Amino acid sequence: MDENDLNVLVEGTVRYFENSVARAAAVGTPYLLTERGQAVLSDYTGLIGVSGARRGCIYFTAPSAMLRHILLSHGETEIDGRYMADVVGEVANIISGNARRVFGHDFAISVPDVFSGRPAAGKLRLGERSFVIPINWRQYRAALVVSLAA
Amino acid sequence: MPAVAANTHLKLLVVDDSQFARNRIQRALALRSVRKVIVASNGVEALAVFQREQPQLVTMDLTMPQLDGIGATTEMVRLQPSVRILVVSALADKATAIEALKRGANGFLLKPFTDAQLNDALTLMMRALPHG
Repeated sequence: MDENDLNVLVEGTVRYFENSVARAAAVGTPYLLTERGQAVLSDYTGLIGVSGARRGCIYFTAPSAMLRHILLSHGETEIDGRYMADVVGEVANIISGNARRVFGHDFAISVPDVFSGRPAAGKLRLGERSFVIPINWRQYRAALVVSLAA
Repeated sequence: MPAVAANTHLKLLVVDDSQFARNRIQRALALRSVRKVIVASNGVEALAVFQREQPQLVTMDLTMPQLDGIGATTEMVRLQPSVRILVVSALADKATAIEALKRGANGFLLKPFTDAQLNDALTLMMRALPHG
């Protein structure tokens, strides 16, 4: 994965928040996860498996308060943990799927696998070079984590 | 499937594995001629609902468990060639859109979408219906 690949996902993240929740997100400078030495996980995580020319995973992780805010902004009123898991998966799906505009048909993505808190053993396998794209939306902090190998 | 005079009592089947996405489509819908909206969360469930309810319009996600949207679209068109299917998907590459159209879908709307984009796309679908 090179800088251009990463930029595709950064731009996709920006575009998602601009078009979906009526308020832009501030997307920070991506950094290598291994440099920080710890996984980045928030309350809910939507994990997308990637196969084809690029292999690995992409995940979107966000605090429950942010997901609740997103759902409220879409007019939802009955919000529970199941619904927050659903929306975190849908955000991951949209950002990953939109990347096929540049990566093409061979960027095969799975259906979202969602979890709250820590993942079950073996569920989240990150490669040696995993990048964190920090996302600040309103007062909340989320992240898109990209772990892809060519 | 009976023809619908002036398309004033249409049924829309919304197929998506995300409840958020299904609700998003239902909330955005502003077409008087759509009188009933039904939902399904995967391709297998969608085919069962499709045969039972006989909707004239379908919005179809592509990436779904069990049976994906391409497979479900193919089967729905085989069962009822006059059905109008709008693919609503995050998959942004041209090859996917072309494949969906080849399998019988009538339009493609990329997620995320605005309310106006959804209603415009469905309006185009309705114009192509028998007696539309």
